[in-house]
Amino acid sequence: MTVVQYALLGSAMFAVGLYGVITRKNAVLILASVEVMLAAVNVNFVAFAVFLPDPRHAGQIFALFIIAIAAAEVGIGIAIILMIFRNRRSANVDELDMMRH
Amino acid sequence: MTVTLSEWFSEAANWVFLIIALPTLFSAFKVVSTTNIVRAVLYLVVTLAGTAALFLVLGAEFVAWTVVLVYIGAVVILFLIGIMITRAPLTSASSLSHDLSVRLPAALLSAVLFGVMAWAFIDAFENRIIPFGDDATRSAALAEILFDRFVIPFEVVSFVLLAALIGGIVIARRDPPEEPGR
Amino acid sequence: MIRFVPIVANAMLALQEGHGAEGGDGGGHAIEAGITSGPLVEYAWLIVVVPLVMPFLIMAFGTKLPKKGWELAWLTMGFVAVYGTVLLIANAVDGVLYSTQIKVAEIGSFAIEWGWVVDGLSIMMYFLIGVVGFLVFTYALGYMKGEANFTWFFTAFTLFAGGMLVLVAAPNLLQLIVGWELVGVTSYLLIGFYWKDYANVDAANTAFMVNKVADAALFIGVIIMAWSVGSFRYSAVLEVVASQDASSTLARYAFWAGLALFIGAMGKSAQFPFHVWLPEAMAGPTPVSALMHAATMVTAGVFLVARLFPFYFDPANIFAGEVRTFIIIIGSVTLFFMGMLAFVQKDIKKVLAYSTVSQLGYMIAALGAGAYTAGVFHLFTHAFFKALLFLAAGSVIHAVHSNDMSDMGGLREYMPSTFWTFIIGTLALVGIFPLAGFWSKDEIIASIKFTAAESGEGVAWFALVLAIGGAFVTAFYMGRVIFLTFFGEYEGKAQPHESPKVMTLPLWGLAAFTVVAGFSNVPGIYTGFTDWLATRFQVMGDHHADSVDFVLIVIVTAFVALGIFLAWRIFNPQRDTQAARDRFSIPVLYPLLEHGYYIDDIYMDGIVRPTMGPLAQGVMWFDNHVIDLIANGAALVTRGAARAVNQFDLRVVDGVFNTLAEATEGAGGVLRLAFTGRVQQYVAMSFVGVVIIAALFLIF
Repeated sequence: MTVVQYALLGSAMFAVGLYGVITRKNAVLILASVEVMLAAVNVNFVAFAVFLPDPRHAGQIFALFIIAIAAAEVGIGIAIILMIFRNRRSANVDELDMMRH
Repeated sequence: MTVTLSEWFSEAANWVFLIIALPTLFSAFKVVSTTNIVRAVLYLVVTLAGTAALFLVLGAEFVAWTVVLVYIGAVVILFLIGIMITRAPLTSASSLSHDLSVRLPAALLSAVLFGVMAWAFIDAFENRIIPFGDDATRSAALAEILFDRFVIPFEVVSFVLLAALIGGIVIARRDPPEEPGR
Repeated sequence: MIRFVPIVANAMLALQEGHGAEGGDGGGHAIEAGITSGPLVEYAWLIVVVPLVMPFLIMAFGTKLPKKGWELAWLTMGFVAVYGTVLLIANAVDGVLYSTQIKVAEIGSFAIEWGWVVDGLSIMMYFLIGVVGFLVFTYALGYMKGEANFTWFFTAFTLFAGGMLVLVAAPNLLQLIVGWELVGVTSYLLIGFYWKDYANVDAANTAFMVNKVADAALFIGVIIMAWSVGSFRYSAVLEVVASQDASSTLARYAFWAGLALFIGAMGKSAQFPFHVWLPEAMAGPTPVSALMHAATMVTAGVFLVARLFPFYFDPANIFAGEVRTFIIIIGSVTLFFMGMLAFVQKDIKKVLAYSTVSQLGYMIAALGAGAYTAGVFHLFTHAFFKALLFLAAGSVIHAVHSNDMSDMGGLREYMPSTFWTFIIGTLALVGIFPLAGFWSKDEIIASIKFTAAESGEGVAWFALVLAIGGAFVTAFYMGRVIFLTFFGEYEGKAQPHESPKVMTLPLWGLAAFTVVAGFSNVPGIYTGFTDWLATRFQVMGDHHADSVDFVLIVIVTAFVALGIFLAWRIFNPQRDTQAARDRFSIPVLYPLLEHGYYIDDIYMDGIVRPTMGPLAQGVMWFDNHVIDLIANGAALVTRGAARAVNQFDLRVVDGVFNTLAEATEGAGGVLRLAFTGRVQQYVAMSFVGVVIIAALFLIF
């Protein structure tokens, strides 16, 4: 097993996730795409953690942290989406351009 | 240590990798492209499950089961609740992605990004092999490190989770009714 | 027998040092003068300067004095009178001859000089101005009493005296002009003294304007003359005349210079056709009329011709001899026809005004005929009796509060002093023996006859006829005045009474002079006046008959008597009303006279209206559009320049800044497009950046 194959997988998933962030109209699905990106990053971390002779297993620890933070982020994200939905009756990000100049 | 391509394909572990990685990647792609929102979330489950399996292959058992528990168990549920409350169209009546004028440049960007990253990785690591030991990573070892070396990040993350918890409740609750006499 | 006094050359040279002349062949004490230096003549400038300076003192301090400045004026005239008398006596006894000039400035080769002449002619004028002025000023104290601008009156009047003295003391043409204009201005001021009545302002304007027209000719004459001889001095001119140089520049232009100068003199001396201003000038107070418009200012023209007499009357006729014909015609036409205008005047002062015009005509005609002494003598005597007549008329006006003779009548009972002095003046004017006018007027007529007989020119005979006829005219109109004013019954509402002593004493003073003055030149017996006049630097031919022409005297006296008799019959019948007495009229003639031969109308329609109308408007158009354009042009140019600068500032300077700002705004506008508010776009943009940076890292 080369490390490159895991890195390539991680990169591909990351790119796909980015595509989803930019492309998706529904806010929930944007969050899902972000989850895909985070998962890709996790794969990368863990692969390199195993690849490198690290007694501290820092990569794996960090992957755990990423999972925790991602969970918190999704919780807040969903809460915000709920609020927006209450105000705007829609979860369509096309309509959420109040911050434009 | 390096390996050649033909050697790579003769190892069974690599085939296992392929069997797990390709569906994962395919599911990830489906997450971002399917027109059915529920299916998108379910494809996300598959993707996450695939990553958990890969972790197992790599010997990071603890991380793998944490992914299954937290990610698939909680996060995805949250997504499903979110979909339900925002009354997203459950059928594929309306498109869930922007039109082509957005998709193509985005695809291009993603492709370029992947290209750059791939090139970077290959250029750096070429075909070096992961040196596996005899055992998988012991959870006890992780625990030791987590509560010893990384205890402060651990505590901080717990604060973050607390804040997210409180924040989520505050953001999502309805405004209290007006009290008389104000 | 002609007394011909030849010209002496070295007299002119002696002039420069201010000495008198000495000897020379030819007769007479004309050129010998005893007093040619010394304080008497060297301080003679005081005669001129004191009356010039005093007005300022009067103006400054007059109102604070008890008699409101009159004291200063009166004392000034007294000073002039005393000095003049002293000079006269000195001249009579010894002969006085002095002249000096101080250079004040220089224009090219012409010197501008100020000086004073003390010779026979000037002394006579000093004496005249001083004595008559002194008596008139005395009278004026009473006449002008209670006037609001009393102090101003004496300021201007004294200034007038100063101006007149500048004129007669002038040794050069330029100073003459200064004096000429000074008296013109003061005349204007004093005629318009009662300016609150607009008619008086009009009169003052008429006087000034008519004089100004003639002055134009005067200036031209002075310019030609001065340019021809290279100097303004009389002596320079008369030197050339004395040299009898027919090829000199002066000789070439003599006719034009002489004509122009005489036209100027005509204006000041109110000869036809410039006579119109003198009757108008009666709008001024009576003392002004008496001094200015009878005795002194109007004589300035006569004086000028007298001063330049050799120029007009050189024996060989090289110079301005041709102008003499013109002079005689003007003089005689004026004396006869203008005198007739006095027939129809209702205003007593206007009668006297036309009389003055007529008498000035006599003087001018005399000079034109070559009778230098006769003309000047008439000037001398006329001053006394005409001033007397004016003052007496003023006394009458003062009593009845009216100038109009129809408001008078029978005043001889109320005003005996005025009446008798008026009679004396009238008798002198018409020329009754032995009063002054008899001698002077008869002398003029005799001289004219002499010239006519000698030269045989028809013009001279024509002048003689008019001059004799003039005697009749004078007698007739003066008779009319006397019978209408002092005889008959007074029917008016005022309470006529004799004037106060301050007014009647000068009347008697002038009457005395009137009586005495004539005796100063009795031909054959005592010709003192001729001798006094003869002390001058350049003497010339003087056509002067030696003996008395009795036939002529008889003829003239007959005409005079006829005039008085007719006046008595026509204007003093035994009828009752005053109005009825003045009804005499001759058809055709009288309407013509009443309209002043339509001369005023001709001036009005021919000159005044076109000038005020089209000419004035044309000039105004020119001024507004052309002259102002030049002035406005500067403003226009400046405005244009300012606008250009403004445009530059707006477009260029501001443009730089505006373009910068717009570029920034444009850039901002473009960049703003990136801020769509859509997060996904922001994500995409940041990853683009990431890719670029990563690629850069990888490549380098």
